[in-house]
Amino acid sequence: MTKTAGVATTPPLLEVRHLSKSYGRGDGRVRALDDVSLRIRHGESVAIVGKSGSGKSTLMHLLALLDTADSGEVLIDGTDAARLSRTAVNRLRNRRFGFVFQQFFLTPGASVLENVVLPLTIAGVPTAERRRRGLAMLERFELADTAEKRATDLSGGQKQRVVLTRALIAEPDLIFADEPTGNLDSVTGATVEDELFALNHERGITLIIVTHDEALAARCDRQIVIRDGRLVDLTGVAA
Amino acid sequence: MRTSDLVRAAVANTFRSKLRTTLTVLALFVGAFTLTLTTALGAGVSDYVSKQVASLGADDVLLVSTASAATEDGPAVYDPETSSASSGTPNPLGGDGGTLTSADIETLEDIDGVDSVEPVSPVALDWVEVGGSAKFEFTISPTSSITRADLAAGEQLDAASDDAQLILPDEYLDALGFADADDAVGTTATLGLTDVLGAQHEVEAEIVGVSNASLLTSGAGGNAELLAELAEVQKAGVDSPDRYQIAIARFDPALSAVEIADLKARIADEGMSGQTVADQLGLIQTVITGITGVLNAFAVVALLAAAFGIVNTLLMSVQERTREIGLMKAMGMGNARVFALFSLEAAFIGLLGSLLGVVVAIGLGVPLAGALASGPLSGLAGLSILLFEPASIGAVIVLIVAIAFVAGTLPARRAARKTPIDALRYE
Repeated sequence: MTKTAGVATTPPLLEVRHLSKSYGRGDGRVRALDDVSLRIRHGESVAIVGKSGSGKSTLMHLLALLDTADSGEVLIDGTDAARLSRTAVNRLRNRRFGFVFQQFFLTPGASVLENVVLPLTIAGVPTAERRRRGLAMLERFELADTAEKRATDLSGGQKQRVVLTRALIAEPDLIFADEPTGNLDSVTGATVEDELFALNHERGITLIIVTHDEALAARCDRQIVIRDGRLVDLTGVAA
Repeated sequence: MRTSDLVRAAVANTFRSKLRTTLTVLALFVGAFTLTLTTALGAGVSDYVSKQVASLGADDVLLVSTASAATEDGPAVYDPETSSASSGTPNPLGGDGGTLTSADIETLEDIDGVDSVEPVSPVALDWVEVGGSAKFEFTISPTSSITRADLAAGEQLDAASDDAQLILPDEYLDALGFADADDAVGTTATLGLTDVLGAQHEVEAEIVGVSNASLLTSGAGGNAELLAELAEVQKAGVDSPDRYQIAIARFDPALSAVEIADLKARIADEGMSGQTVADQLGLIQTVITGITGVLNAFAVVALLAAAFGIVNTLLMSVQERTREIGLMKAMGMGNARVFALFSLEAAFIGLLGSLLGVVVAIGLGVPLAGALASGPLSGLAGLSILLFEPASIGAVIVLIVAIAFVAGTLPARRAARKTPIDALRYE
């Protein structure tokens, strides 16, 4: 996989220009992001690092089109996301983005299989096909025997693998991971990390990982460091 | 998200918090139960009254009396041309008012739209006996020749028959020595009357049917032949001017309601009052509708209280599931589908509550109505006090589901408006 800036004849997967975002009002107003510009190419693995409150989660939310900026643009494959309809944005997140959060956000009471196929359910895929694809994906992550169990009955490591399975089920181009190992012990955390990078290497899925774990950040192709809402350093990128 | 998946998810979510769902369903149950019973009560009584209406007369007749009918507004102004002396004995079918003269009958026959006119002579009977039994006081309803009796046994009167026919009220069965209603049919009754000159006469008639006791009609029934014979005997050949309490005007049964109203207006122009049987029962039905309406209003108040319960339940549910909603929205679920998910959940709670209420109401109501019919209400034959009609039960269910759905829109809107970020941040 080529990662030099020179081949950027196709537009980058994600590009943000002069992004700013504030929260609150009056004296309590906090500038979470201040004039941030960056590009993320297809197949890259990028770590967004910074202290808590630095604005790294805000940046990820804006990149994932979960939130809208006060000013600036987010471009997906060269298209301004602001011009897309809400339905188109929903479809984009559903088909092309996968999400892994620190909290697992598994639906209690529902089975592992039901949790895993949630993106397909939302996309309106028929039940039989959902089941087939869900079981195949669980098989790949060695979770096939848990398919009918309740998601809440699993161990932490299993849960995060279920979450990974769910993020991958719709075969996305891009996975957003917010502190993916934050709730896991180091051994399980390492397994989840390995799985994420394997997806990046073998299938070319772009990774955007928000973390303050330096070891995890170091495994990524490059790191985007944020301090007080501004980019501090862009390693290895001609911006 | 497919609609089938949406429904399945809504149903599954309903059962996630069982205690809360159960309590909400119980609140709806009270409303559904009450509403089912009150509508059944209304339907039961209305059905009984309509049977009585059918027993009162055909739908192609107007009962014509002089203008000051009881159902009109206020007393009539005296008019020497049309007013006549009051008989002083109000007839339940004819209203009060004076008597019709032969001239009135002729006028009536000339009115456009009236096919035929049969004047009804007042017949005053003294007694009845069957086969040497004791004699009992007896009346024949003057309009019985055009009505259909609510029969316990036998057949309706045959208007075309040349034989005198009688329908006996069932309260006479024991007194006249019959074992049951069927026993009476086919026997011959002797009727005693006094003519205008004071002489006693007897007339015989065959009992062709036995009628159930009724709220609205009184007396026995006689066919045209019997009534004509009785009237003839009563006159005793005296050539006094004919006076009739009421006349029966027949019209084309195909007439529309508007045309019937026009016809009534033309009759009113002649100083007489024509009323259909339904007109005369209007007051009774208004009262029944009013009572049923008040009872239903109580049930609807209970349902409104339950609706707030649904709002509360679902608001809590939305709050609890904030993160789940956020996740689904992050994964591309549209606002409309999130809204639909929660509204459907409310509608499903409504469906559970209404089905439970309806089933329990029928389960308790049917035996209760049976017990009442054979006990305290046995005097009103043919009355089933609670009548569960599929259409009205369906309407109750639809109404409650609709109320629940509407109640669910508030929480559903709140859920749909959550942004994925706020929802995901929520701890």
